[in-house]
Amino acid sequence: MNAERELDAPHSTPEQLGKSAKALLARLEPLHASLTPKERLAIPVQEMPSQDPISRRHNMDEVALGYTPEQARVEAMRCLRCKSAPCVKGCPVRIRIPDFVASTAEGNFADAIKIIRENSLLPAVCGRVCPQEIQCQKECTVGKSLKSVDKAVMIGRLERFVADWERENGLQKPPLVKPETGKKVAVVGSGPAGITCAADVRREGHAVTIFEAFHKTGGVMVYGIPEFRLPKRIVENEIGILESMGVTITTDFVVGRTRSLADLMQKDGFHAVFVGSGAGLPKFMNIEGENLVGVFSANEYLTRSNLMRAYDAENADTPIMRARKVAVLGGGNVAMDAARTAVRLGAQEVHLVYRRTEAEMPARVEEVRHAKEEGVIFHILQNAKRLIGDASGHVTAIECLRYELGDPDESGRRRPVEIPGSEFVMPVDAVIVAIGNESNPLISHTTPGLITNRHGNIVTDETGKTSIEGVYAGGDIVLGSATVILAMGQGRRAAAAINQRLAC
Amino acid sequence: MARIMEKKQLSGEVFMIRVHAPLIAQERKAGQFVILQVEPIFGERIPLTIADADPAAGTITLVFQTVGKTTHALAELNEGQDIPHLCGPLGRPTHIEKFGLVVCVGGGIGVAPLHPIAKALKHAGNRLSVIMGARSANLLIFEKEMSALADEIIVCTDDGSRGRKALVTEPLKELCVRPQKPDLVVAIGPPIMMKFCSETTRPFGIPTVVSLNTIMIDGTGMCGGCRVTVGGRTKFVCVDGPEFDGHQVDFDNMMKRLAAYRNHENTAHEKCHLEKELRALRETGAEKT
Repeated sequence: MNAERELDAPHSTPEQLGKSAKALLARLEPLHASLTPKERLAIPVQEMPSQDPISRRHNMDEVALGYTPEQARVEAMRCLRCKSAPCVKGCPVRIRIPDFVASTAEGNFADAIKIIRENSLLPAVCGRVCPQEIQCQKECTVGKSLKSVDKAVMIGRLERFVADWERENGLQKPPLVKPETGKKVAVVGSGPAGITCAADVRREGHAVTIFEAFHKTGGVMVYGIPEFRLPKRIVENEIGILESMGVTITTDFVVGRTRSLADLMQKDGFHAVFVGSGAGLPKFMNIEGENLVGVFSANEYLTRSNLMRAYDAENADTPIMRARKVAVLGGGNVAMDAARTAVRLGAQEVHLVYRRTEAEMPARVEEVRHAKEEGVIFHILQNAKRLIGDASGHVTAIECLRYELGDPDESGRRRPVEIPGSEFVMPVDAVIVAIGNESNPLISHTTPGLITNRHGNIVTDETGKTSIEGVYAGGDIVLGSATVILAMGQGRRAAAAINQRLAC
Repeated sequence: MARIMEKKQLSGEVFMIRVHAPLIAQERKAGQFVILQVEPIFGERIPLTIADADPAAGTITLVFQTVGKTTHALAELNEGQDIPHLCGPLGRPTHIEKFGLVVCVGGGIGVAPLHPIAKALKHAGNRLSVIMGARSANLLIFEKEMSALADEIIVCTDDGSRGRKALVTEPLKELCVRPQKPDLVVAIGPPIMMKFCSETTRPFGIPTVVSLNTIMIDGTGMCGGCRVTVGGRTKFVCVDGPEFDGHQVDFDNMMKRLAAYRNHENTAHEKCHLEKELRALRETGAEKT
């Protein structure tokens, strides 16, 4: 509902938003210390300045432009500084949120980012891609008082602001590294889990080597999440911090194939290994026609566009299909990323097909809103039954079925039930399947003794320890499909266990 | 980064390079492939099957045909130059055991990936019959190496310029009807050849292994671009393959998927040739002035 309401509102330019925040701040600043909770609740939520929805359909640049300093301070003044700090409980890495927000309100951005960095290695990334509305902001008292999570203090936007402020002002300092211990740790994968683990282990003075299978570091942050949501330079900057801490990064190295995990430990002398190899095998629906030409997994579509830069047709060697009418199957963030990428690649129509309703969509509200603003057409309570192709094997249409919601399933969401006889045909020339991933089998298949569950995910205890002594794991390879912040949390937890193990 | 130690032009558009990649040389087994990228930022990732390896020298041998932009760029690199990104060995190794009589069928540059498999099969104590074919004599590669391994070798060309004038399926059928039926057939070459080899052996019930070289991006099971239908189920060539039961592979679907970017590839290929000619013209022009 709310997304639709916002959709109808005219687009405010960054200049307009900045100007009104400036005026508001001038009024609030003298009163700041003495504002009553009621007065704080009356301060309007600061809207995120963003690129105009029409023009951004034709470029890959970041959509959300970030707060102005005045907007950040005004937004931070909305915080009630609750003693119980429910927001902290909602944060997977337990950032001291009220403290960093208070520093932001005072305009002391240096202190604010220092507080965040105590717990988070990737604030510029998390401020952009964390699902705050189901984490810190969900618990926020302001949002609860105003009866809408959309009116909570915009903690994520504040986190992004102070992280960007630090980077843009050249104030980033690599974390301190303790004297060398002579111990060696291998980290498999350079995504959020791997780099968090690498940084925390390196801080203790252990030598760390990250092994990355791709030619570029960053994992899902470079192959999956598009430029318009997370610019690559932000990720490169974070990786640069790791390198300045003395972490070695080896690309084009597939653990399990280029070198077995056992050899890393037994022959190459690594005292511990952290496996953060990420998601694998894209899921398909196992319906007729799924291998027709023009049917892609979201992973393939996004990897072509992001990692291989196929969106830049002038320069990139990797092609990507420029379809006119694209259907995306799924309702998560990856589905939104794929749909919005298709818009930018020049599709005339992009249809998002999801078998439940918008309320059950796993995608962030903001992503859904952005997709709609950019013209993605939503088809809820529908699903593909089979894909239809022509004589040359190209997909030409989807046969869809309509659904209605039944009783809740094990996920607590109402189960979609198909309506018999409701078939209809939707003509398309490309289909992108975005219904999640299975686990990557590479390491488990090549590592005897490593126990996985029935989905192929590596089994660990609460510290990230696997069935093999000295081997830890975290992120999507353990969780299935999760988020950047949850992967970071796992990387951090495993790092603590590794550091403890190596201390004795 | 991997340095080119040796480079040979095997025929007009076919090249062989020996590349310094000690870890891959040590770990690779018959049937596995690498993914490489020649232009580090905007380049594409392409899979190439490993034709041979020398763990002592730390090198692997790759054979490729210039068909698109990346293979042309690779052919432009000389000894002493580096391939910016090389990753492997990928894919499941060939299942090697003593089967008895094995027929190895190689078509065109498919003989290159067939070579290490033939070697491993021979080493495991199998009797080897090798059938190798190409459009014409100048496109036959690895004939000497294969002759050295084979108990029997049949060479054929489409135009009869060397060996028999026949498609590989003709001698393959002859071997199938002999009293001592082959226990296994391994066929590697263009998809259409693998399809018809599989069709040839199907009536005789002879297990037939094919090695598929589909479009890939990551090569580690992440993108699904390489997927094929095998026995009615979707398989990923990069992690489930590259070798599959030829009798189960839906070759028609695979060939259509391989052609998905054919226009793009053809344009790039033509552009490479035109640019090469233009360069040559400029150079001769410069010499003259």
